[in-house]
Amino acid sequence: MSNDETKFGPFPLSRRGFLKVGGSGLALTAFAGTVAAPTVLRAQTPTVKVGILEPLTGNLAYNGTQARAGAMFAIEAINAAGGIKSLGGAKLEAVVADAQSRPDVAAAAVDTLAQAGVSAFIGCQASALGLASSQAAARYNLAQVFDVGTAEQVVERGLKNVFRFTPGVNKCTSTALENLKLLNQNAKNVVKTVAIVYEDGPFGSNMSKLLNERLPQIGMTVVENIGHPTPQRDFTNIVLRIKAAKPDLIIPSNYLNEYTLLAMTLRQQKVEAKAIYSILGGAASNIKFVREHNDAAQYVMDCNHWYDPRKPESQALAKKTADAKLDLTYDIMVAYACIQLIADSLERAASPDREKLIEALASSTYAGSIMPYGPTKFVNGNNEAAQPVNTQIRGEKIELVFPKEYATAEAVFPMPPRG
Amino acid sequence: MWSLVLPAILGGLTTGAIYALVALGLTLIYGVLHIINFAHGSLLMLALYGVYFLYAILGIDPYLALLIVVPVFFVLGYVLQRGVISVFSLGKEQNVLLVTLALAIIIDNLALYFWTSDTRTISLPYAYTMVEIGPAFIPLPRVIAFVAALVAAVILWLIMSRTRLGKAIRAVAIEKRGAELVGIDVDHTYAMCFGIGTACVAAAACLLLPTFYVTPQVGYAFVLVAFTTVVLGGMGSFMGALVSGLLLGVIEALCGLFLGESLGQIGIFLAFILILLFRPSGLFGRRAA
Amino acid sequence: MKTTSFGEWVLYGGICAYLLTLLVMPSQLWLGFTINALIVAILSVAWNLLGGFGGQMSFGHAALFGTGAYVTAMLQVRWGINPWLAAVAAIVAATAVAGFIAALSFRYGLRGSYFALVTLAFAEVLRILASSFEISGGGQGILVPYKAGLANFQFADRSTTYALVLFLVVVAMLITLAVQRSRFGAYLIAIRENEEAAKALGIDTFRTKVLAMMLSGAIGGAAGVAYLQTYLFIDAPIAFGSTMSIEALLGPIIGGAGTVWGPLVGTLIIHGLGETAKHLVSGAPGLNLVLYGVVLMVILRYLPDGIVGLARRIGPRRAAPTAMPEDR
Repeated sequence: MSNDETKFGPFPLSRRGFLKVGGSGLALTAFAGTVAAPTVLRAQTPTVKVGILEPLTGNLAYNGTQARAGAMFAIEAINAAGGIKSLGGAKLEAVVADAQSRPDVAAAAVDTLAQAGVSAFIGCQASALGLASSQAAARYNLAQVFDVGTAEQVVERGLKNVFRFTPGVNKCTSTALENLKLLNQNAKNVVKTVAIVYEDGPFGSNMSKLLNERLPQIGMTVVENIGHPTPQRDFTNIVLRIKAAKPDLIIPSNYLNEYTLLAMTLRQQKVEAKAIYSILGGAASNIKFVREHNDAAQYVMDCNHWYDPRKPESQALAKKTADAKLDLTYDIMVAYACIQLIADSLERAASPDREKLIEALASSTYAGSIMPYGPTKFVNGNNEAAQPVNTQIRGEKIELVFPKEYATAEAVFPMPPRG
Repeated sequence: MWSLVLPAILGGLTTGAIYALVALGLTLIYGVLHIINFAHGSLLMLALYGVYFLYAILGIDPYLALLIVVPVFFVLGYVLQRGVISVFSLGKEQNVLLVTLALAIIIDNLALYFWTSDTRTISLPYAYTMVEIGPAFIPLPRVIAFVAALVAAVILWLIMSRTRLGKAIRAVAIEKRGAELVGIDVDHTYAMCFGIGTACVAAAACLLLPTFYVTPQVGYAFVLVAFTTVVLGGMGSFMGALVSGLLLGVIEALCGLFLGESLGQIGIFLAFILILLFRPSGLFGRRAA
Repeated sequence: MKTTSFGEWVLYGGICAYLLTLLVMPSQLWLGFTINALIVAILSVAWNLLGGFGGQMSFGHAALFGTGAYVTAMLQVRWGINPWLAAVAAIVAATAVAGFIAALSFRYGLRGSYFALVTLAFAEVLRILASSFEISGGGQGILVPYKAGLANFQFADRSTTYALVLFLVVVAMLITLAVQRSRFGAYLIAIRENEEAAKALGIDTFRTKVLAMMLSGAIGGAAGVAYLQTYLFIDAPIAFGSTMSIEALLGPIIGGAGTVWGPLVGTLIIHGLGETAKHLVSGAPGLNLVLYGVVLMVILRYLPDGIVGLARRIGPRRAAPTAMPEDR
């Protein structure tokens, strides 16, 4: 069950190098200086260090661990393909730091990364962590490529070291609503009323605000708008309110645990909606949920980060993930793609220098990542080419149903009545 | 909204039953050992994993798992108190609290290391069997948990009032020195208490998992409510824990309904503060001296 | 007055040397870590006044810390009030919250674990309130725009932040020292040792405890201000969550409750321990915290009076001449 940590790339090696010196009792002081030395001496080719700052413990541990795995897969793949060619085939070396799901720890971890000599880093799965870490990284002129950080504040601070490769909440919501509008038109506008269930943290409350503004614009009325804390132990009340409001569509915006409970309770209370359509939902693009609650999961749609499943590299990643006995979640995909972006920029910068890497990232037009994005275009650190896609759970699988050019299946909307 | 009140109350009662089950173990530990057991939530989490793996690997039904998990956790609790908590705390009350805190950190993170932070659930066919009670549909596992909470409270009450062990526990709770003088083995009694308390939390886990999930952090969702339940009911009172657990379930459900789920959580804590201020001995506790 | 033992000289000297070295020769790696630890140390000093000297163990010092952070953040972001003024207002607010909690709890005679739990509940209430209303940023928390400058109470150079936080720690410790040497401090200790006896001696125990909590609130509020101005972000789980409350009490208890140096010593050691553990088992997240928990238990078992207590026992009289070369 437990994933074997030692498999993950070269980092534990450099740590061993540290341990030898660490015995001196001045472990911490020695750390900064020695972590690089043994590796450089040993290595045949030069290495470029890339930081992975994720919440590996605390309440975001699941996402963080997944993202770390994705980043490690990318580094493996890039090194296997010959490393960074413009740097004489330099290999990428991961420096992992744990943000512990706490902003202050995330900020302090940036120091460790900077001292270890990383050229850039990816992180941190949650906006609150990313906000703190990128601010700390700005002092070092150290680029942070955001894997997930949907809050728009991330790119509104004018920090030059911030590169959000994936779409933010505004983009996700507008795409999700455009797609929803199209789906509904195709289905002769069967959906007229909507119930929103959101977690009251930054992600959910932001989403609910946007949805309440924009749903009426596509001809849908919000009949219930229910916030709940994380963790929420019981969903009976919420589901009863939904049941009483009889919405055509339910939009949940919460994390995996709460989503699972919500889905179970919806089924228990026999709530029939024409569709369940989540935006950046935790569970609807999580294969584990599909496996464990297959009945409840059928036809649930999500608008989320997802890779382009037709690319050979995507398929290789899917296989690697399965071999490592991990579930393929979007966390893995986006972290993989962010490392790809950094590798491409390093290639063009032809230097591990932080400053040059920031320039290379800012001028990036990279289109070769596993994500279904066009040529990268950063405006104030926001990748304007990023877009979410629609997935739908069908049988045992998560299929990509929208946009058409990446689709692996046709969307079913509204969902067929349950028997 | 008003049509939802009765279903909300019924739903709250079943949630409250789980609170009561978790709190029954805590109230015993709290009432007798006078310690705030921070590891209680972690032990609940551990038991949930036990139930989960028994089902996922051996296919043992959670209710059947009661027969395995409860005795195992009784022993675990006994050993923890006798071999770890009392040893490391040197018997000082403020240290006990910190030792249990350290234990919680250790247990939670070992779970994270070995089982990762994946959310795990089990899908039982009868999890979706509904019982119709008046205007409400209640899932069968919730009804079972409700009945089980009542049974557990009665069993504990019988142990405390009818057995030798119960007498010893009460004696130690009231006057530790005196009990020692009349020949009661205090260390053994403490450990028995901790064992029974831990067994209760294991029973709660068996009854909870069919409608819930388990992650290494799941204990936090219950531990504060469990403390509230214990204080509201009066430390060491099983009937108090039962009634206040149910009451808190209802308070939470109604506050959630009328104030929204986010702000609604405040109901529990306000009730807690008010009880502490005006009746610190709890609803069923002996008047504090 | 007790004389300072040799062990204490070494311990305090080492800490001062470390902190001063960092002031003169800043290392970015160590600054981040130390700033973090010192902010918690301020809160620990606050906890120690009431918990260490007065024996009233609070489990909800996050309520004071969070009030400090939130009030500063809200005043400057929502109403554009100067951050320095906001900081003063925040400290006043935290003092008021502390006074309110204390007056209510002590008025009804809560002590021991009852007091611990009621403070915990107050922190929870504040957490829920902070995440439920628009004015406090709801679930999103409050982000203070980054505009470095003395007028904005933000510093581009972290050495300055460090100096400021260090200054606050020193002030907080001086306050502790003043309390320890005052009549008020003696009252507090009397209450800790035996409240009934203290009352019988004519000490106004209620007043003493409430005042101690208010002083604690002012210092705890300052910790919140320092946190906010350092990280420029606050949300309800950070501000009022139990993590902060627990950190507040771990430092003094590990370091030595009821001593001037205890909170600082304990916090630095705990944070150093956490950091070391993180590097030792960095491939396996979670295991570092396991190690942390184990060491915590060992300290509780073998150092009942905390680190300061240990240092006190390492004195010139007990030390073997060979073991202590500097021994006179």
